[in-house]
Amino acid sequence: MANLEEMKEVILEYVIEEYAEEDDDVNFDTPLISGGLVDSFSMVSLKRFLEVKYKISIPDEKATPEAFDNVNKITDLVLEFL
Amino acid sequence: MSNIGSYDERVKNFKWSLAEQELEYKDGDVINIGWYCSDRICEKGLANKTALIWEGRSPENLKKYTFNDLRLKSNTIGAFLKNQGISDGDRVCLFMDKVPELYLGLLGILKIGAVAQPLFSAFGDESLFVRLENAGTKAIITQKKHAGKVQKILDKLPNLEKIIIVDYDGRKPLREKEIAFDLEGSTPVEKLDIFPTKAESHSLLHYTSGTTGQPKGVKHVHYSLISQYLTTKWVLDLQPDDIYWCTADPGWVTGTSYGIIGPWSLGITSCVMDSGFSAEAWYAFMQRHKVTMWYSAPTAIRSLMKAGDESVKKFDLSSLRHLASVGEPLNAEAVIWSEKVFGKPFFDTYWQTETGSMMICNYPDMKVKPGSMGKAFPGLTAAILDDKTLEPITEHNKPGLIAFLPDWPACMRTYWNNEETFNKKFSKGWYLSGDKSTIDKDGYFWFVGRDDDVINTGGHLVSPFEVESALLEHEAVAESAVVAKPDQVNMEVVKAFVTLNPGWEAGDELELKIMNFIRKKLSPLAMPQEIEYMDKLPKTRSGKIMRRLLHAKEWGEEIGDTSTLEDD
Repeated sequence: MANLEEMKEVILEYVIEEYAEEDDDVNFDTPLISGGLVDSFSMVSLKRFLEVKYKISIPDEKATPEAFDNVNKITDLVLEFL
Repeated sequence: MSNIGSYDERVKNFKWSLAEQELEYKDGDVINIGWYCSDRICEKGLANKTALIWEGRSPENLKKYTFNDLRLKSNTIGAFLKNQGISDGDRVCLFMDKVPELYLGLLGILKIGAVAQPLFSAFGDESLFVRLENAGTKAIITQKKHAGKVQKILDKLPNLEKIIIVDYDGRKPLREKEIAFDLEGSTPVEKLDIFPTKAESHSLLHYTSGTTGQPKGVKHVHYSLISQYLTTKWVLDLQPDDIYWCTADPGWVTGTSYGIIGPWSLGITSCVMDSGFSAEAWYAFMQRHKVTMWYSAPTAIRSLMKAGDESVKKFDLSSLRHLASVGEPLNAEAVIWSEKVFGKPFFDTYWQTETGSMMICNYPDMKVKPGSMGKAFPGLTAAILDDKTLEPITEHNKPGLIAFLPDWPACMRTYWNNEETFNKKFSKGWYLSGDKSTIDKDGYFWFVGRDDDVINTGGHLVSPFEVESALLEHEAVAESAVVAKPDQVNMEVVKAFVTLNPGWEAGDELELKIMNFIRKKLSPLAMPQEIEYMDKLPKTRSGKIMRRLLHAKEWGEEIGDTSTLEDD
């Protein structure tokens, strides 16, 4: 489970670094897409990051706004394709 | 019975003076959009009617404003700006998420005769800079989360005197030129002297992208209200008891013309949802507020289709009475889907930042042909021109340039500081839209495509030139070419072709770095969704990159004449 926690931390760190604005408070459950932090265009770059980082390929039909809506869900999605 | 009634009868008897009479405006009178959208509605006895229902990232974060609140709060913002030295003609940028201060601020700016310059809050610092510099913006109203982008470019903007932060919490000290403004905590200003703007007084400056050059500032005037009022009434068919939701961000022209000016000048209750896209969140929002009229965009509609019919069935959307769409052509499948799941079609509308108001539309009492743009708004002279002779094409179903006689109230008055480009938009007395379509035997327009290389992604125009220039600023990129790539949801997305400088290796990691570089520098819309590495880009013998060949490759089209292609 240590790897899972580490993965969540890595993804969270990336989201904060790349998408959060000043003073945005982001945690594992923060709504990213429905909350407006990551828009549908930016979601493409987030998907690409996951694919590069974890050497996976996420099919477009699985890359839905719901599946990308928080770090916990994103981690579950990555695990599905590892 | 709809507001427009019979389209054909309206065409026969049309005069813009109809809107002037309803708005009690006479030639030469003062006409101030800020006043029309708030004070006048209060004077009509609707002071206590709800004007704005605003919801933040959660349903609990709900605020409601009456028309009297609009009047007082826009007065308060106007008075604050005047105290800060803002006066008539000064450009004041609104750079915020869809927070109440954005909507109220726009009215406040207009009330004091200043010019509102709304900009999409997802713009990166470079996109922000070119627009503020071009406009010579004097003040920017923003949130603390976006103020960092302004600080980053402040040294290069000598005209920018004030950075007004609407949500300052005191946790960090204010920086250079920053001023805190707390609208909720301010004493409401009961009486504000409305600046006596006239028909041709500058009201808004919206930026749009072209194929070449930097973004163009489209100048609109207070008289545009006449078009915006009547098109809202007849096309969106807003009725006194409607709860209206325009999903557009006021950083773009739809969000101001039809998210603010149209509905409020008619005294209609408007909803705003300040959060990102999620099909179920959108349906829940409409159910919660019993939305009756919904004006959205094809990209959003296609995303809802993708989310599936089951999502719709979970919600009670029986309040919906009328639906309309704008941004890019609405495909027939989306119209048919909407009839299936909502029991009514989306009525497509076509217009541009430059036109300021709707031009070709589908109307409530007119048969919808799925996939068609509809017919020209009454009073407009619209034609399809031959692209070489610029003479009207009378033959049915033959593609040509969409053009209008420039005599409607909301037509742009110029491109800010760019008269030369403005003049090129007119020829032989026509306004040239830059879009192509056909007209069928019944007079319906059918969209064909752009007449230039501008990319329409999710209803927003992106300049390939702007993205190519930004790509060259990345240290790895030697040359770049940017074209549209077909996309099921957004119609088009940005695709870049690049060659690399020596020492750089093509790969996924570099692609991601370049994508993020553009996203932050320009905007998420402008970020290439795909980057293709090439050894060399196709060029003419004179060294000009042949974007046309790359575009044809993406769209599976014939490559056409390659006689000017550079030899190996």
